[in-house]
Amino acid sequence: MIKDNSEYLISRGSNTYEVVIGLEVHAQVTSKSKLFSSSSTTFGAEPNTQVSLVDAAFPGMLPVINEFCVKQAIKTGIGLKAQINKRSVFDRKNYFYADLPQGYQISQFKYPIVGEGTVILDMPNGQKEVGIERLHLEQDAGKSIHDMDPQNTLVDLNRSGVALMEIVSKPDLRTPDEVSTYIKKLRSIMRYLGTCDGNMQEGSLRADVNVSVRIKGSEKLGTRCEIKNVNSIKFMQMAINYEANRQVDLIEEGKTINQETRLFDIKKNETRSMRSKEDAHDYRYFPDPDLLPLEVTDDFIKKLKADIPELPDDKKKRFIDKFKLSPYEATILVSDIDTSKYFEEIIANSDIKLATNWITGELFAVLNDKNLEISDSPISAKNLSKLINLIKDGTISGKIAKTIFELMMDGDKDPQKIVEEKGLKQESDPKAIEALIDKVITDNPEKVKEYKSGKEKLFGFFVGQAMKVSSGKANPQLINDILKKKL
Amino acid sequence: MTIDLKTIKHISKLSRISVDDEKAKKLAGDLNSIFEFIKKLNELKTDNVEPLTSVAETTLKLRPDEVKSKNIREQILKNSPEENEDFFVVPRVIE
Amino acid sequence: MSEVTTLSLTDLVQNIKEKKLSSHEVTKGFIDRSEKSKILNTYITEDFSSALEKAKSFDNKPNFDLKLPGIPIAVKDLFCTNGVKTTAGSKILNNFIPTYESTVTKNIWNEGGILLGKLNCDEFAMGSSNETSFFGNVQNPIDKNLVPGGSSGGSAAAIAGNLTPITIGTDTGGSIRQPASFTGTVGLKPTYGSCSRYGIVAFASSLDQAGPISKNVKDCALLQEIISTYDAKDSTSIEFKRKSYSKELTNNIKGKKIGIPKEYRVDGMPKEIEELWTKGIEYVKNCGAQIVDISLPHTNYALPAYYIVAPAEASSNLARYDGVKYGFRSKGENLIDMYEKTRSEGFGSEVQRRIMIGTYVLSSGYYDAYYLKAQKVRKLIKNDFDDAYKKVDAILTPSTPSSAFKIGEKTNDPVSMYLNDIFTVPVNLAGLPAISIPAGLDAKGYPLGLQIIGKAFDEQNILNIAYAMEEKIAFKNKITDWWIK
Ligand SMILES: [Mg+2]
Ligand SMILES: [Zn+2]
Repeated sequence: MIKDNSEYLISRGSNTYEVVIGLEVHAQVTSKSKLFSSSSTTFGAEPNTQVSLVDAAFPGMLPVINEFCVKQAIKTGIGLKAQINKRSVFDRKNYFYADLPQGYQISQFKYPIVGEGTVILDMPNGQKEVGIERLHLEQDAGKSIHDMDPQNTLVDLNRSGVALMEIVSKPDLRTPDEVSTYIKKLRSIMRYLGTCDGNMQEGSLRADVNVSVRIKGSEKLGTRCEIKNVNSIKFMQMAINYEANRQVDLIEEGKTINQETRLFDIKKNETRSMRSKEDAHDYRYFPDPDLLPLEVTDDFIKKLKADIPELPDDKKKRFIDKFKLSPYEATILVSDIDTSKYFEEIIANSDIKLATNWITGELFAVLNDKNLEISDSPISAKNLSKLINLIKDGTISGKIAKTIFELMMDGDKDPQKIVEEKGLKQESDPKAIEALIDKVITDNPEKVKEYKSGKEKLFGFFVGQAMKVSSGKANPQLINDILKKKL
Repeated sequence: MTIDLKTIKHISKLSRISVDDEKAKKLAGDLNSIFEFIKKLNELKTDNVEPLTSVAETTLKLRPDEVKSKNIREQILKNSPEENEDFFVVPRVIE
Repeated sequence: MSEVTTLSLTDLVQNIKEKKLSSHEVTKGFIDRSEKSKILNTYITEDFSSALEKAKSFDNKPNFDLKLPGIPIAVKDLFCTNGVKTTAGSKILNNFIPTYESTVTKNIWNEGGILLGKLNCDEFAMGSSNETSFFGNVQNPIDKNLVPGGSSGGSAAAIAGNLTPITIGTDTGGSIRQPASFTGTVGLKPTYGSCSRYGIVAFASSLDQAGPISKNVKDCALLQEIISTYDAKDSTSIEFKRKSYSKELTNNIKGKKIGIPKEYRVDGMPKEIEELWTKGIEYVKNCGAQIVDISLPHTNYALPAYYIVAPAEASSNLARYDGVKYGFRSKGENLIDMYEKTRSEGFGSEVQRRIMIGTYVLSSGYYDAYYLKAQKVRKLIKNDFDDAYKKVDAILTPSTPSSAFKIGEKTNDPVSMYLNDIFTVPVNLAGLPAISIPAGLDAKGYPLGLQIIGKAFDEQNILNIAYAMEEKIAFKNKITDWWIK
């Protein structure tokens, strides 16, 4: 375990700065209904069609908590190896905004449902541990639309009241790459648990990024700025890069950094001040009198623990120990739950080594190329498994397999059928191969002479010719063996 | 302790209630007499007292994760001050 | 037909069940009297024609198994009523028509009750005289230019003036018991969690409770058993065995131990109230109860703690009135300007004052000194009661430190207005049930009330004590119908 991974340093003159980053990730809880009301959470509905009287804060409406959301938060806490708090309290965070109908957000301030935990990052030069400060449950706000009407702002409350988990890290991150790996790891854990779908395009995962800089080696934290609500890993990295350099520049110029909230402008690739500490909100947190403290029993937690699936770290260990994968291969195969499922489905009936190579090689290349998730893979695990078995039992050669793989992408075709239709079955009959080799020998008397006179490099030439004559279908091992005998 | 006009302006801003100077003066007077009366609490030592937020001596009941509320957009928007079939409408927000 | 309005709820129910009166006759009777009583300003919204229709359809297809068969009932305008304007006494909700029904009112209609209209109250229930209503002050039927108390002043005045046979109010710091005391009527604040808060415009969520105001204890018990239900829609609603209070009502309180807290003898309390209290003690003794002197040492801290807790919660509860989703909106140049103008023009001065107090005590740097401190004091007050209930079954005190005062008498001095709730507020902070019953008249002929405070969920016990005392006191309200020409 490495404590410090900071190859990301900023040098100005004789000073070398390191960047200190902490993240507040907002992860939408996967649930059918909202945190305190029974309206739907489905993404993409017509504006204001998933709004109940509670979500729109009508007079006399009261919150009632969703049990499933509580379970999801606790499960996530377990996945983060965190302290589960048997008693937690919902508070009101008071501020006015058009898309905040109650005039307050119900959140957890002093007593969150989940306390300290850890996340392990697999970095190129080793593992890194990132501390989790807390996880709490809170309501999402609605959406303000500023560009549909020149005079007005329009408000859609569909998202108002949807359950969020706010996961706060310790300031343990040092580089944009670590941030990327951290977000991906969180996402991976939550997707394994089924507690958040991690869909960043739909806003299911967003983060506030806290950035400060300090002279490398210094213990003291610098003044931090919070970059609000960044919804892609790329933008987070860009924002950190810009913000860290801005802060270093300020220090080098002898200026001070103001603790403030900033926005990341995607178009200009820069961060901009939203509000300074002086006019920061005074949220006037206090316990929500409409809700009693949330208490869960040991038994409740125990049942949830029993329900936790194998998580990425454990799965990785198993893949290495049991399947003899390299740590690198294992990391790739467990990083996403769907990939790991795909892999495990194939190896249930097929060779592990071949499966690893085909998934991390050919398949990933295709997915990358077409910008697809493995869940949308043009080739199903079932058919890739068949292809691997055809290679393994010698029906086809690895080379032919690549051709078949290309053909399979057209509508997830069965490789067996392609082999039959196109007559691509490997020639493994020694008699037929002998005949083939005899033809090559008779066709190239000169080369045979040269070979026999000591030019052993020509062996490859004969293999190639034999392959060519067989249109690539001959079993290469047999060609080798028979050629050796014949020459 | 006295509540000055600056404080009144600050809390009026926090509570989104506009207050002109005359109203601020009146409020400062009222609030000072009220806090004078509230000051009585300082007589009590409460260091070791657990705060009581709710008298209901029970814990939060949890509801099942079921979608019950349907599309009631018409009802939701019916009382809104600005006519619009789809949205709540507010004066443009300047960021 | 005006005599129907003098009948108690219990008598009306009996007459309707025995077909001696129709729902229409009863409804018409109360409407006619209400029409003649506009000067009292009890109603914010009248729903008379619809009430008459409902009465007719009840008579066409009567169901005498119901507990309120075709009984017309006007309710405080803090309860959301489906399709009927609900204002909370505020300009900011002046045009608000809910599309939903509060649980408490739904319970009433389910038992055959018919909505007569919505009764005036202090704005967002903040007041002790009904003078903060946007719709003007209410006249106490007892005498001209007399406040009915508050915040359920319209409800109490409507009972005293025979404009509705029974009604409901809400009580956050005394808003049922104080106006009941000022109008010579019976008012019950139930245990916190007994009646659902769903659909009631919130003032201070940890203190608010709905409860009945009635002509007598039996009517009060009957309505309480109807409105008190467990409600999953209110997370603070409590599941406990609710009794048929009216059926189990008894005047046998022999052997009950009644506590008399010495701290309720406050400086400057009129002699008449002192004497009334003493008389009350005699009455319960005569009923066979045992008097026990007790101490509630933190009583004097209840009001200051209340004036932190209630405004703090209110400042947050009233944030939703921002001109965006419903209610009044003032034009603004931008969003913030719209908010500030809407709330400045939409809320009255007492509401603004309390929002400011609440905002201040929760604001950064003051939370511990005020809000947290008040919560701790609240604990001490609750402990006082818990200790007392180790020795006694109920506690007897005056309801208010004075009788009703004149309109305008206290409007310029908020603190003196707040002092009105000195005997009622501790009960809300501790979440206990308490009932105020009329016990006598002062020299001016104005009614005075006594309060019986019970253990949590022990409504039956205080109703029984009130029932026994009521019989002994035989109180008669002196109402001359001065407002009817
Ligand atoms: Mg944040
Ligand atoms: Zn958050």
